[in-house]
Amino acid sequence: MNIIHVLFRSSIGKKVTMAVSGFILFGFVVGHLSGNLQIFAHPDKINAYAHFLESLGPALWVIRLFLLVTLVVHVWLAAQLTIENKRARQKNYEKQVTLRATMASRYMRVSGVIVFVFIIYHLLHFTVRVTHGAEAYPTTILADGTPVRDVHSMMVLGFQNPVIAIFYLLSVGLLSWHLAHGLVSMFQSLGLRTRTWSRFLERVTIVVCVLYFLGNALIVVAAMSGKVRIQNPSVLGFACRTDCEVCGARTADATAETLDGSKESQS
Amino acid sequence: MKVTLRVWRQKDGNSEGNFEEYQTEGLNPNMSFLEMLDVVNEDLTLKGEDPIAFAHDCREGICGTCSCMIDGKPHGPENGITTCQTYMRSFKDGDLITVEPFRASGFPVQKDLITDRSAFDTIMQSGGFITARAGSCEDANALPIGKEVADLAMDAAACIGCGACVAACKNSSAMLFVSAKAGQLNLLPQGQPEKDKRVLNMVATMDEAGFGNCTNQYECSAACPKLISEEFISKLNRDYVSASVKKLFKAKSL
Repeated sequence: MNIIHVLFRSSIGKKVTMAVSGFILFGFVVGHLSGNLQIFAHPDKINAYAHFLESLGPALWVIRLFLLVTLVVHVWLAAQLTIENKRARQKNYEKQVTLRATMASRYMRVSGVIVFVFIIYHLLHFTVRVTHGAEAYPTTILADGTPVRDVHSMMVLGFQNPVIAIFYLLSVGLLSWHLAHGLVSMFQSLGLRTRTWSRFLERVTIVVCVLYFLGNALIVVAAMSGKVRIQNPSVLGFACRTDCEVCGARTADATAETLDGSKESQS
Repeated sequence: MKVTLRVWRQKDGNSEGNFEEYQTEGLNPNMSFLEMLDVVNEDLTLKGEDPIAFAHDCREGICGTCSCMIDGKPHGPENGITTCQTYMRSFKDGDLITVEPFRASGFPVQKDLITDRSAFDTIMQSGGFITARAGSCEDANALPIGKEVADLAMDAAACIGCGACVAACKNSSAMLFVSAKAGQLNLLPQGQPEKDKRVLNMVATMDEAGFGNCTNQYECSAACPKLISEEFISKLNRDYVSASVKKLFKAKSL
């Protein structure tokens, strides 16, 4: 008996590995959402944050690799467990009623697969940046003069397409639903769910999942409805002026100095 | 009252089975489900047909022999009782009742509604013995056990090993059974010396027997005729993690 056998071969070990990998991925999506919520601040805020993450260099790749391995383990074990579970009942019942299993728990595979496809698209869309033309991935210059990717405009441009926005909404909805079972389930798999607090745990889970969904939906809806607007002059196609009323968040002086030839247009 | 039965008939483990319909009349609503099957079998025997094979023994809900998936739920529509304690008054006059054997790779069908549940015995055997003093009874109160712990251990010990948990589980997992059987001893001081060995062996045997994995949906607990809580599964998981960690890091004898 060794650690690999315990975590990847035994039935309970596999569930423990599912729980731990799920918890890591949950931690990531919460962190990811809190980072993304910076879209409601000044564009420089999220752009500087994204630039900071990219400038981590090797550390960023260590984190990315760790998350990738975690995701692969989670998906791989889910597939393996599903195959074993199907094999454990070769012939199905003619009639079987569901007694208390929640809808979320019964459709974990469906929600999981759709979320997995979404993750691939999401990475291609915003990380590899290949799903759209170059005009969808603008750059900008921070107040301190650092040239950075304009993540703010990139997100808003991305969600202005209703098909993509709806796909994002559906996916985060399914992820929240996936978590509705996953969060309670991980405590059970680790043996930490007891009758003392199981009801409390279930309620907290629902609150967390609803908040997680609303947080994500808020970003998409805000970008779609124009509540959060593009403030990058080069994307908008004109330079900022002090009397401009498009956004009002960015002062004309700060931008004018950083943009080539914009001084003339100000006069 | 009268009902129509749709019963799974299968000659033996190697044959293909199929559903047969039987009309029953003149039933007393206070007959148990098994007594109703007795009446049907009486008719079949008189007609010279093969009676429906079903497992039964004590007929008072304590032996765990009777099984049957009745209308999609192990042991029938009521909660917390076995097939033998299910009465025809739980059904409506003229109902169509589907009766199937428990289905799981760990429980191969032997004939009609009878399944081979000896995998449970193998799991129990692998759990092994407890080191208890043989001979005369221990003095009263020599080994104090808190009332709450004793009650919890008794809840686990209520398991009759019928296999309804496996039958109800969407994955045919035997976790509720194993957790109850390991839990009744793991909770008590008498079960401590062999606790880790017991947990590791029983889980390993359960995995080998071809049962599925637990997905924490608790259908088992809802179908259990003794209403054993899924909390014991959580405890088994906890005990398994602790036993594995201890085993991985313990000093090995030379």
